[in-house]
Amino acid sequence: MQMNDTPTSLPDARGHFGPYGGVFVAETLMAALDELKHEYEAARHDPDFQEEFRHELRHYVGRPSPIYHAKRWSEMLGGAQIFLKREDLNHTGAHKINNTIGQALLARRMGKKRVIAETGAGQHGVASATVAARYGMECVVYMGAEDIKRQSPNVFRMKLLGATVVGVESGSKTLKDALNEAMRDWVTNVESTFYILGTAAGPHPYPMLVRDFQCVIGEECKVQMAEMLGRQPDAVIACVGGGSNAIGIFHPYIPVEGVRLIGVEAGGEGIASGRHAAPLSAGTPGVLHGFRSYLMQDANGQIIETHSVSAGLDYPGVGPEHSYLKDIGRAEYVAINDDEALAAFHNLCRYEGIIPALESSHALAHAAKIAPTMDKDKILLVNLSGRGDKDINTVARLAGIEL
Amino acid sequence: MSRIAATFAALKAANRKALIPFVTAGDPDPAATVPLMHALVAGGADILELGVPFSDPMADGPTIQRASERALKHGVGLKDVLAMVAEFRQTNGDTPVVLMGYANPIEAMGWDGFCASAKAAGMDGVLTVDYPPEESGEFAAKCAAAGLDNIYLLAPTTPAERVDAVARHARGFIYYVSLKGVTGAATLDLGEVAARLPAIRAATGLPVGVGFGIRDADTARQVGGIADAVVIGSRIVQEIEQSEPAARLDNVRNFVAGVRAALDRG
Repeated sequence: MQMNDTPTSLPDARGHFGPYGGVFVAETLMAALDELKHEYEAARHDPDFQEEFRHELRHYVGRPSPIYHAKRWSEMLGGAQIFLKREDLNHTGAHKINNTIGQALLARRMGKKRVIAETGAGQHGVASATVAARYGMECVVYMGAEDIKRQSPNVFRMKLLGATVVGVESGSKTLKDALNEAMRDWVTNVESTFYILGTAAGPHPYPMLVRDFQCVIGEECKVQMAEMLGRQPDAVIACVGGGSNAIGIFHPYIPVEGVRLIGVEAGGEGIASGRHAAPLSAGTPGVLHGFRSYLMQDANGQIIETHSVSAGLDYPGVGPEHSYLKDIGRAEYVAINDDEALAAFHNLCRYEGIIPALESSHALAHAAKIAPTMDKDKILLVNLSGRGDKDINTVARLAGIEL
Repeated sequence: MSRIAATFAALKAANRKALIPFVTAGDPDPAATVPLMHALVAGGADILELGVPFSDPMADGPTIQRASERALKHGVGLKDVLAMVAEFRQTNGDTPVVLMGYANPIEAMGWDGFCASAKAAGMDGVLTVDYPPEESGEFAAKCAAAGLDNIYLLAPTTPAERVDAVARHARGFIYYVSLKGVTGAATLDLGEVAARLPAIRAATGLPVGVGFGIRDADTARQVGGIADAVVIGSRIVQEIEQSEPAARLDNVRNFVAGVRAALDRG
């Protein structure tokens, strides 16, 4: 790492966050990624592009999303006050749309009429199909055959929005395999197609541009917290799968002293069981899907299957900036097990009248764990990254109820 | 002179083109690989490309993905692949062997460990699909120090100025990916390939091999008319996949021999 690197100036020109990130792809994609990098650089400094992005976020997504003081739940926990950043109130029900709007505007600027996306739980697929309909683009979504079975309502949503959903039968038939297949499509149709990557991972410039599009979350929080409380939170807590909602709320807070940043990974059946999706908590660095980062892998460097009650956290890698923030100690990463996440899910339903996504429930569960150990004047800001309507079948099944 | 350079020099002197078949190590089972390597040589292969099984082969089409999955069912890892090369070397000291695979198994072994083990096993070159020159400077230096040729890809989408930059880093030979797509995709467009080769030849004195989309002897012969080497992967893996176990070696050897004969007819 260069001594003059500061955490907020990264990545460097070649997409590195310290030893992480980079461009680890086959030669066929190198030119396309280079073109995307230059186009994004131009868009970033183009006031018209930025204005249109802001306009869409306000009028189509419904931003800014509110911050809500979860008073009853905080009282029940008997410690720190918990505030929720309500990304669940966005159009399509999650933070994913912030990124897909940004990337669809980039695709349009580059003259690409066809977009592709990978999806696990289907949230990014729905957000991609949504913007493709909004801007009149052809959309193909790759989704693991296993996930298609688990998430049929989202598959139908994508089809309603005009997208083609392609089932992926290779490998473990889940998110990582959908990402492989999307890359294979892109390498074949690279000149006509824009790949809308769903998280702050993949080859440079994706981790940077997805982060930049998601930073609206943290930027709003800084203003809203100042207005509501005249101060910033003591800790910001977000769930981490690929890590886009977390980096979106963390990044603007990196230079703010006194604000702890806590990323919550999916602990599945427990770290000790080996059945989890927590590369930062229990993985080692390696190269997958075009970038270097912490990974879930075996001694031969094969990627191992992940386990989580939440399909959106079921990914064996993590965005490279999180690996970097972990190593330099600016952010902490912890794991929350399936049963802890489910308990938080139910508590938010019953105490606040909010059905959270199972992904976000991991962040909520960690807040519930540490709040009682803190004074009542301390503030925890949790990114409620998505709503849980999509998860009711999963939760019902776990309770032995067939809907 | 390295085995790869010596092979190309001898072929050039004989006015012949190199035939480079690919198999995935451990496909369909670990015991099959070394006999298959010998069968490829018996059929007329000049250089062998040996695929390292990987859980997430992003640049490969369905045929080679399935080969990887079959090998992984037997737990075949990079160490096992190198042991296969060492076994092959016990009875073949001449045919170069190039490893083809993805970065992560090499990262897991560590660059120093990999270079030392690969050299000791009798490996000649390494082509890592997801290590472009920008990300592999230090690894390439370690390969060079160990006497391993680092082979790089060029693609139809590679801009002219980048061809020069990649060619400067290349060792052994240049592997030109004949089409936009994954391995085993549709048949290549010979005219397009022919149009790209002069710029590559102007950038490097290294031999140029062409691969992806070569599925039959006649296409191989035509590619041989413009390139120094012809790489065939998915079509051979398909032969392995579809053969009865008892007929596998004969079928693979016969397929390679057919391509060899067509290449030599020119």
